[in-house]
Amino acid sequence: MTASIALIFFYAPVDADGLNQKIFYFHVPIALTSYACFGWGAVKAFQHLWKRRPGADLESYVAIHQGVIFGALTLVTGSIWARVRWGHWWTWGDEQLVLFLVLFLFYCAYFMLRYSVDPGPQRANLCAVYALFGVVLIPISFLAIRLANSYIHPTVFTSDGPQMATSQLATFCVAWAAILSLAYFLYRFELAGKRLDADLKELRELLA
Amino acid sequence: MTTEEKYVAAAYLVVFLVILIYVVIMAAKLTRLGRDVSELTELAREKKRVGEQPAKAAPKQVKVG
Repeated sequence: MTASIALIFFYAPVDADGLNQKIFYFHVPIALTSYACFGWGAVKAFQHLWKRRPGADLESYVAIHQGVIFGALTLVTGSIWARVRWGHWWTWGDEQLVLFLVLFLFYCAYFMLRYSVDPGPQRANLCAVYALFGVVLIPISFLAIRLANSYIHPTVFTSDGPQMATSQLATFCVAWAAILSLAYFLYRFELAGKRLDADLKELRELLA
Repeated sequence: MTTEEKYVAAAYLVVFLVILIYVVIMAAKLTRLGRDVSELTELAREKKRVGEQPAKAAPKQVKVG
């Protein structure tokens, strides 16, 4: 993380867009990490439904929780970037922004579903099916910017390759690796806490 | 500090603060779980002590008649 911040501010050049372009190095990796977390949550949900693997439901929940946190960060950093660059905090005319908001709200509703059903196999199954439905929105959200003629959201990664200098691409890759590592660490951290919590509840019942 | 610099700083600060708050919440939760572990360990020890106590000597049977 420290290395990526050092690269962003001392190695990557300031291009024609100005200093605000520095937000790109965190905003885009955070958005991609958010997609990765939702995707991982869907993988775990699929494992739960197909193989009935114990613990897959909890792993799916934690991955989606991480995805929502990174999704919220994507929206906030994106809004700040939009404000400094285009003078708007938000625009409803951009498919990428609206679809990401839809994806974010969809996964926020996952928690409403989860906490409105009593714990047990039924809740796990419902949440797994919901998580699998949500994953369909990820490619739509990701490709929206490329399929539609977006007038405000920039497209850096096109079919002709990344539209940036090598130093910028290297910085971007290091920043993305840092954010992914952070997400993985937080995922393991939260999962360990949740597992410990579940074990303690069981132990308490046994000792009562 | 220019307006642009302020916005860039704000974006990075938001990311830092959200991650920090998340870690603090998780750390508080782990602390609570640590307390629960201690409490349950004490409860288990107590149960073990009660289980290991020697059974009370049976009252002597006295033959009558």
